[in-house]
Amino acid sequence: MIKLVADTLLSQVRTLWMVFVKLFKKKDTVEYPDQQPYMFPRWRGRIILSRDPDGEERCVACNLCAVACPVDCIALQKGEMDDGRWYPEFFRINFSRCIMCGFCEEACPTNAIQLTPDFEMAEYVRQDMVWEKEDLLIDGTGKYHDYNFYRVAGKKIEGKDKGEALNEAVPVDVRSLLP
Amino acid sequence: MDLSIGSPLAIGLILGVVIITAALLITFERRLLGFWQERLGPNRVGWQGSLQVVADMIKIFTKEDWIPPFADKFSFVVAPGIIMSVVLLSFAVIPFSPNVGVIDSNIGILFVLAMASLGAYSVMLGGLSSDNKYALLGSLRAAAQMISYEVFMGISLLGVVALTGSFNLRDIVEAQVDGWYIVPQFVGFVIFLIAGVAESHRLPFDIPEAEQEICAGYHTEYSGMKFGMFFVAEYVGLVLISSLITVLFFGGWLGPTFLPPILWFVIKALSFVSFFILMRAAVPRPRYDQLMTYGWLFLLPLSLVNLLITGALILSV
Repeated sequence: MIKLVADTLLSQVRTLWMVFVKLFKKKDTVEYPDQQPYMFPRWRGRIILSRDPDGEERCVACNLCAVACPVDCIALQKGEMDDGRWYPEFFRINFSRCIMCGFCEEACPTNAIQLTPDFEMAEYVRQDMVWEKEDLLIDGTGKYHDYNFYRVAGKKIEGKDKGEALNEAVPVDVRSLLP
Repeated sequence: MDLSIGSPLAIGLILGVVIITAALLITFERRLLGFWQERLGPNRVGWQGSLQVVADMIKIFTKEDWIPPFADKFSFVVAPGIIMSVVLLSFAVIPFSPNVGVIDSNIGILFVLAMASLGAYSVMLGGLSSDNKYALLGSLRAAAQMISYEVFMGISLLGVVALTGSFNLRDIVEAQVDGWYIVPQFVGFVIFLIAGVAESHRLPFDIPEAEQEICAGYHTEYSGMKFGMFFVAEYVGLVLISSLITVLFFGGWLGPTFLPPILWFVIKALSFVSFFILMRAAVPRPRYDQLMTYGWLFLLPLSLVNLLITGALILSV
């Protein structure tokens, strides 16, 4: 009985002391707005549309991102320029549905759609979560600096015929019998 | 400027300082709890969160003061007023320093104990009139806890009274010039400390309002400033218990002369307030029946034995 009482009392005093010592320990709190966290470059945050090194839009409106999106938050419409390039007439991402999974970035054949380390996307009005192409498009190349889809792809546009792309063989004329 | 004992100015000053201290304690406690849980606590409003209490007060005053339609209106409204006035009245007999106080009463300890018993009515009325099962459970627990803890709260003080030969708190302080009562009355001190925690239903004995079990207990249905009264009264009660411990066991205003007596009192009382907050941060809440068993079967016999031994020693010396 006496041992039980003494042990209990000692245990309580020890608890109090151990908690008291924490007064002088370093605190775990991160004071967020004053103390910004380090965001890793490949963090999957706010989605952007990048441009190629020439300053043209990279997006070719192939719709692969919209298909890959598990929550169907991407909507776009294909348009075609006079020189044969494809571009999105509108490109809309509903960030209130987006789950930042990054599937769109993986699906994109032209590195146009990219996820950035920005995570501060709170809005007061729900409609403000819907971003149009003007909001999404940035002036830079994003994570991939040298990539230009039309320079390496076989797609024929004005000023670049079939077989003239980088590392592309001249197309075989199937009607000719010459080897 | 008449600041003698019992002058209107002194009464007003004591009331004001006590209430402001209690309000400031809310911020103080939140920050200290934060530190003891290895976080920072509220530090945004004002310098180091010093204006947090102002923000809290603005919030609590502008909240809707809702009285549930099923509640018993009269007792529902009266209950928070009772506990507030009762704890403030208890400060009447506390001797802050040789010339600061409200009354120099020769039944000081009895008055404080009586007021503490009256506080049980507030909690009971608040819980009963709410007509809410959580509130009812909370007030039942509060009534049982306060009744059982008052018994040996009084008995634990009898050792001090016997040593002094007076119920007057001023006499008790002056009798400690040669040595604080913490030394001869250590057991009494520990029992009074535990009973005081239970009496002001602070953690770890906040069983009447245990959030995890019964919402907020007896003040579940309260909102706005009525809840604020319960809340501030709890902190005033904390200050009261700390002041009582200071007066009864730690020599009140007595201390080396390089600081004025009132400052010694404040320092001692504040360190006990901090100790109560430390207990809240560290000690888990016991189960309800454990608390009752602990009180009746362990602390009550212990306090009786303490009183017997004290009496025997006084008679034999």
